[in-house]
Amino acid sequence: MPEVTVLYFAHLRDQRGTDSECVATTATTARDLYCELVQRHGLTLPERTLIVAINEAMVRWDSPIADGDTVVFLPPVSGG
Amino acid sequence: MDDFQVTDRSIDLAAWRRRLDHPQGGGLVIFEGVVRDHHQGRAVRHLDYQGYAPLAVRTGQVILTAARSRWPLLAALGCHRTGHLEIGEAAVWIGTAAAHRAEAFAACAWIMDEVKARVPVWKRETFADGAVEWSQGTILRTEAPE
Repeated sequence: MPEVTVLYFAHLRDQRGTDSECVATTATTARDLYCELVQRHGLTLPERTLIVAINEAMVRWDSPIADGDTVVFLPPVSGG
Repeated sequence: MDDFQVTDRSIDLAAWRRRLDHPQGGGLVIFEGVVRDHHQGRAVRHLDYQGYAPLAVRTGQVILTAARSRWPLLAALGCHRTGHLEIGEAAVWIGTAAAHRAEAFAACAWIMDEVKARVPVWKRETFADGAVEWSQGTILRTEAPE
């Protein structure tokens, strides 16, 4: 099964209880992966509030994920 | 030194200011975003910022490059803090230099607005009553404006 690294920030880091983890997944897109994580860990942020990044680039939710990717779901931001 | 940086240490305001020096620079504008002691009527004790550093730096650089193409700037620089910040500490620093003040003012304000909208950084407030909350925030904007 492909393995990806998922990084967590802010609300999602609190909900997951870690800043990063290796995830073995059958998901083929970023959207499927997030759905899987929601089911496994009870993450509460809806997809429409998040931006997804793969390997440090912001991408679409239907972007494919591959073994070795780093995937980040970015919550609403509050810099400044 | 990168023109846009993310750091978990105090922003060296004097060092950033020196980087704006330019013999043709007649107008230098600096914005410092500073931790204040209240938010929507509630007393704030301190802040903690998290940032996705690699993407934050890259996006910051893209914003600075866009600013340089919109205005005739001699310098455009920025820095955002992460980690623990006390009241009065600088959380963000933006500096611009141009031959004349109008461009420097406009670019500095624009860069700051873009940083708030597009750079992946998150603020957590610890209130005087002990409550700890992530700022509500806005959905990260991924496209540059026209």
